[in-house]
Amino acid sequence: MRVKAKKPDLAEGDLTPMIDMTFQLIAFFMVLINFAQTESNDRVKLPSSQLVKPPEAPLEFPIILHVAQDGEIILGGDNFTPETLRVGLRREITVIKAENKSVKDANVVIRAHKDTASGDVQEVIRVCQEQQLENFALRVKEDRS
Amino acid sequence: MKIRNREEGHKAELSMTSMIDIVFLLLVFFVMTFKIVELEGDFSVRMPLAGSESVSMDPTDLPLKLRLRANQEGRLTSMSLNEIDLGTDFDQLRANVVSLIGSTSPMEGEDGPEIEIDTDYNLRYEYVIRSITAVSGYKDGNEIVKLIEKIKFAKPRR
Repeated sequence: MRVKAKKPDLAEGDLTPMIDMTFQLIAFFMVLINFAQTESNDRVKLPSSQLVKPPEAPLEFPIILHVAQDGEIILGGDNFTPETLRVGLRREITVIKAENKSVKDANVVIRAHKDTASGDVQEVIRVCQEQQLENFALRVKEDRS
Repeated sequence: MKIRNREEGHKAELSMTSMIDIVFLLLVFFVMTFKIVELEGDFSVRMPLAGSESVSMDPTDLPLKLRLRANQEGRLTSMSLNEIDLGTDFDQLRANVVSLIGSTSPMEGEDGPEIEIDTDYNLRYEYVIRSITAVSGYKDGNEIVKLIEKIKFAKPRR
């Protein structure tokens, strides 16, 4: 009996729907990606509140202070304690003064961890007050529940 | 002249493999860097250094005093508003604020009532924010009704 030699058939699946889907996924992630996360810090988990709303306009001259759970303060990538924070604040104030603005125009944004001791946050505020800073914003997460 | 029939045009087949490689790389990059953005907002507090403003002698201008007490672990054990003991119930705190400031209508600007928060040093910051939430307003449907906008802290207790 003669057996016909079968040609090996390379089964090529239709790739079009898969590529379509993949491009859609890429488009979805590209649209939703947010690179502007410079304000956040991994060591800080904010408390939440139902009353806050995201600000309509960005704050003028923000000085962002992260307060970690152990009370360490992070300003511009450097770590400080309440005793040494003065140095970091003076650096920020110099920048503000270089733009011919008053120290009182600056806004201190305090991003404190929810489990940090509130006394540590008060110490941060006290050090800022000593540097004539008087506008504070206590940053919290919006709670939509 | 006889024109030779050209060979029938080959179907130009693109090599899909390299494109799919790149596309998957892109996809993996975006999936890994994807993070749902949490919306954040601020409680604005204006706190100049004590003594730098003119001291008001009018006793009706005295701020409400909220005292928060904590245990060793930093949990809230009790709170009192102007010596009224409230336990740990933030709803009761809000109700007391509403009754103390007389009306639930918002008071704008510098003339509004003021509250001073005096907290134990080791109390967790979360409780302070919850008390600030309770005294600064409440949600009525989608509307936010404001109560006290002027908040300040007492000296830290060591």
